Amino acid sequence: MTEIKSHPVDGLLRTDRMPHIWCPGCGVGTSVNCFTRAIEKLEMDLDKLHVVSGIGCTGRVAGYINVDSFHTTHGRALAFATGLSLSRPDSKVVVYSGDGDIAAIGGNHLIHAARRNVDMTVICVNNYTYGMTGGQVTPTTPDKALASTTPFGNFEHTFNIPNLVAASGGTYVARWTVFHVRQLTRAMVSALKHPGFSFIEVLSPCPTLYMRRNKLGAAVNLMEYFKESAVIENGADTRTVALNEGKTVLGEFVNVRLPTLRESYEERMKEALGEKFVPYEGSK
Amino acid sequence: MAKSKPIVDTGIHFIDGNMACAEGAIAAGCRFVSGYPITPSTEVVEHMAKRFPEIGGMFIQMEDELAASICFQGAVWSGVKGMTVTSGPGFSLMMEHVGLAAALETPSVFVDVQRAGPSTGLPTAPAQQDMMQARWGSHGDYEIIALSPSSPQECFDYIVTCFNLSEKYRCPVFFMMDETVGHMHGKVKIPDASQIDVLERQNTTRPPGEYQPYKIYEGSVPEMVKVGMGHRIHITGLTHDEQGYPAMNADAQQTLVKRLCSKITDNVDDISIIKTENIDDSDVVVISYGITSRIAEYAVNTTREQGINAGTAQLVTIWPFNDRAMMEIASKTKNIIVAEMNLGQIVNEVRRAVGNAVPVHFLGNAGGRTISPELMIGKIREVTR
Repeated sequence: MTEIKSHPVDGLLRTDRMPHIWCPGCGVGTSVNCFTRAIEKLEMDLDKLHVVSGIGCTGRVAGYINVDSFHTTHGRALAFATGLSLSRPDSKVVVYSGDGDIAAIGGNHLIHAARRNVDMTVICVNNYTYGMTGGQVTPTTPDKALASTTPFGNFEHTFNIPNLVAASGGTYVARWTVFHVRQLTRAMVSALKHPGFSFIEVLSPCPTLYMRRNKLGAAVNLMEYFKESAVIENGADTRTVALNEGKTVLGEFVNVRLPTLRESYEERMKEALGEKFVPYEGSK
Repeated sequence: MAKSKPIVDTGIHFIDGNMACAEGAIAAGCRFVSGYPITPSTEVVEHMAKRFPEIGGMFIQMEDELAASICFQGAVWSGVKGMTVTSGPGFSLMMEHVGLAAALETPSVFVDVQRAGPSTGLPTAPAQQDMMQARWGSHGDYEIIALSPSSPQECFDYIVTCFNLSEKYRCPVFFMMDETVGHMHGKVKIPDASQIDVLERQNTTRPPGEYQPYKIYEGSVPEMVKVGMGHRIHITGLTHDEQGYPAMNADAQQTLVKRLCSKITDNVDDISIIKTENIDDSDVVVISYGITSRIAEYAVNTTREQGINAGTAQLVTIWPFNDRAMMEIASKTKNIIVAEMNLGQIVNEVRRAVGNAVPVHFLGNAGGRTISPELMIGKIREVTR
């Protein structure tokens, strides 16, 4: 067996926690690779980057990135990150979690964090299923797809997550796949630089619990599908980007600069209180 | 424009318990509050929303209590002191993050201005029905601290104690108020800031590489840390080892959970505050907490004037339960009455603690109204007849 002694992004990973828990063919690790490249590219101060995850396969990302990181409760990572972000105006807070965590149990926190334009970046890896618990249906499982809790096929409507986030007030919204590693890395750079609520949906294969059950082949087959079905439409109206069979709309859909939660708060208070206003700066 | 109030609003005030609680939290150093509106606790956060912008704090109203009870924990791990405030139904929703705070050892304060339940119940009426929920509400084994104030002055004084205990023991600390104490106006003396005993956050002084977030260097509580100190901490609600990394095995579970419990249970004497009066050689002692203690004080004073040898014990600290103090009371009296605004919660703790030493009588109701002095006087007469 070939011994791999080091990797270019080792410094950004908790190598003492390897091997990671992700299955062969899983796209979460690929997205993490893109994330570390984005951090490198931005030459970020690692004392000012904090990663927060919820629960699930993607929820384990916080445990592998070598920055101050928190593995919180199912769905509530964004609420924890809101308190952390408000208290650390000089830091970038990143929430890294899955579709079930962010769009199902955490759906309420997602729409409100987007509405408030909290200064944070959310990376939502959508693998169409709850992997950690054995492949149950999620709000993003495609129509008629099999899951352990839809043994006769999914019959619910699915979320168009970019549209949900854009409609809620997210000021940066993009979607890429783990096949599009360069574009995804570039999007992560843009999202990390973006003041306010930035959101990237990352489509990713779950070969073990989603693809096998649905006889979709190996991870590489979904990567091929991502490649063939990709339609890049930057600036697309998010109402038109729902995932349909044969067409995967990708790109940077929203990128606008609006006051962040902190900026809005400070502006309001300065106007109302004048000299009496003392900004909240956390513990510094 | 009028001048800002000072951070610690020293002086004599005529305010209600909710406002006294808010002022006490500010005096204790709390600078971040996340909440969600719920009767009868709203005045606490309304006061914070007004005060914080002038003293460099921040209040945020979250989308629900699930969010409110974790948002402030994010702030706490950034290095500030924080809390959340709620009442019954919201308290139920917060249980998820009571468990998180217990597991992460987040210094955290949860205020519950109790109203009558279950469910929506009587939103504007008092009860003391959440006492067991405070102790056992989240899943798994863990220990917490809970205090209960009986007056606006105690709302101020003991919320400061709550913050100090949360820093010292790094666990969820509950401030179990009730609607009556929350809305009752009274004289509140706010001392000069220098006269208020405040325990500041103590972050580790160990350099990166020589510090592990859950290693016990001294005592039974790990050294606290905040983000940005270079330690590259990983903090998880999973069972974890000293480094903070997930440790998915039964041995790690035994080690961690036993310590989460023993750091509290080994320090009951340090944590516990119980105020007793006239208990020596008495015929009866009324044990109570919160607003019920005010009624007990009146009832006992009245019956003493009538020649009954009665005393009182106010449990300021409910959890951890002080068994030894209960035994001591039992050794000094012939009867115990436990009075509380529920159908029997803390009375069972007292019975467990004192065994058959003396009869333990119960005086309670199903919430919605305080226990009347007449009922309590009647009960004292009945058991001493």
